Amino acid sequence: MKPGVISRSGLLLGLAGVIVIGLVSLIYQFTHDAIEESEYQAMLQALNSIIPPDSHDNDMVNDSKILAANKELGLKKDALLYRARNEGKIFAVAFPVTAPDGYNGPINLLLAIDREGKILGARVVSHKETPGLGDRIESRRSNWSDGFQGTSLENLTDEQWKVKKDGGVFDQFTGATITPRKIVKAIHSALMFVDSNPGVFFDE
Amino acid sequence: MSNSDLVTTDYSKVIHDGLWNNNPALAQVLGLCPLLAVSGTVINSLALGVATMMVLIASNLAVSLLRLYIPNEIRIPVFVLIIAGFVTIVELLMHAYLYNLYTVLGIFVPLIVTNCAIIGRAEGFASKHSPLPSLVDGISMGLGFTGVLVALGVMREVLAQGTLFADASLMLGDWATTITLIENYDGFLLAALPPGAFIGLGFLLAFKNVIDQYMRKRRTSQVVVDIPDANTEPALSQSD
Repeated sequence: MKPGVISRSGLLLGLAGVIVIGLVSLIYQFTHDAIEESEYQAMLQALNSIIPPDSHDNDMVNDSKILAANKELGLKKDALLYRARNEGKIFAVAFPVTAPDGYNGPINLLLAIDREGKILGARVVSHKETPGLGDRIESRRSNWSDGFQGTSLENLTDEQWKVKKDGGVFDQFTGATITPRKIVKAIHSALMFVDSNPGVFFDE
Repeated sequence: MSNSDLVTTDYSKVIHDGLWNNNPALAQVLGLCPLLAVSGTVINSLALGVATMMVLIASNLAVSLLRLYIPNEIRIPVFVLIIAGFVTIVELLMHAYLYNLYTVLGIFVPLIVTNCAIIGRAEGFASKHSPLPSLVDGISMGLGFTGVLVALGVMREVLAQGTLFADASLMLGDWATTITLIENYDGFLLAALPPGAFIGLGFLLAFKNVIDQYMRKRRTSQVVVDIPDANTEPALSQSD
């Protein structure tokens, strides 16, 4: 191959790259706002499902702060903590919790806790559990995750923070005990973390 | 070759190839990773099939339009670039307008780049044919791939959950409803799991082979009737 051919091909390849990048950037600009809006709506929907929208007067999605990665919450990366306020005062927070040791990998949850340490709601956001068995943790498949509502470190002892099979109060599923067990453990651990570090969650 | 095909392209052959004879999934057996991973429900299948078809049509068209300007030595990187560009565009559009579906399909939307069926068509067809046949080829191959995905999705969803179009609202809006075929169905877990996908695909491949064999038999026996030639006799005795 002659040097001239090589440089011509190289230039053409570069040109093709520039054109494709230009096209993708154009579409990116065009869809940017719609993507943000979709992300916002999805987050809003998720938050509304664990904290009733009429219980607070602020826009929770845009009232967030960074929650540093930590082991007790199972968070490997920094995440966002959302605050629900009434007349400026934080009365509840929602934040992600990960059960790192689900049956088929990590289970990502969204947990809402009020100032007294009581759970307002817990939802499974994403997981890889077995379809038909472990996936009953999803709120659209069963009301299992509603079982956390109203629980706290005060109204349940450490022994009760387990699935029924292990002597606790939370249901497990026939054929799938590990999934609920690990979620209960993750939420329990998150509650203890909030209890010992209230400032991280409820300070302005 | 590329200039003469305006006249000689047999569109019905192109369409037949895409939908059946040379179907990306059933004959070329390409793009199996997304095919097996996403076909758990009809809606997931349909969504990934349509997304793949969009990319296939656009890349076929672009490759065909540019085929005379792309030097032979760099054609493969340019094809990959074109395909990756269109996949990113489809991903951005889905992220913006079909957010829930986008989160369900997850990694399999960007992974369309690695679907060999697409670069296979760019190299094998679009780079040698003019835009119109390439467009027809993209549509037929895309439909062929989507068809197999959806067929597998129907099989797996009905067997595993006893429903059809579960979560259709993710793709089609709120008017779409799930059809429950079997009330209080206990579920057949295997169909939902990866082995179920392999077994299902096996049945589809076997089904295609059976039909092809039947058609071949019929054609040979027709030939015998039309031309009672000595050459066809061995074929006749074979088919008996």
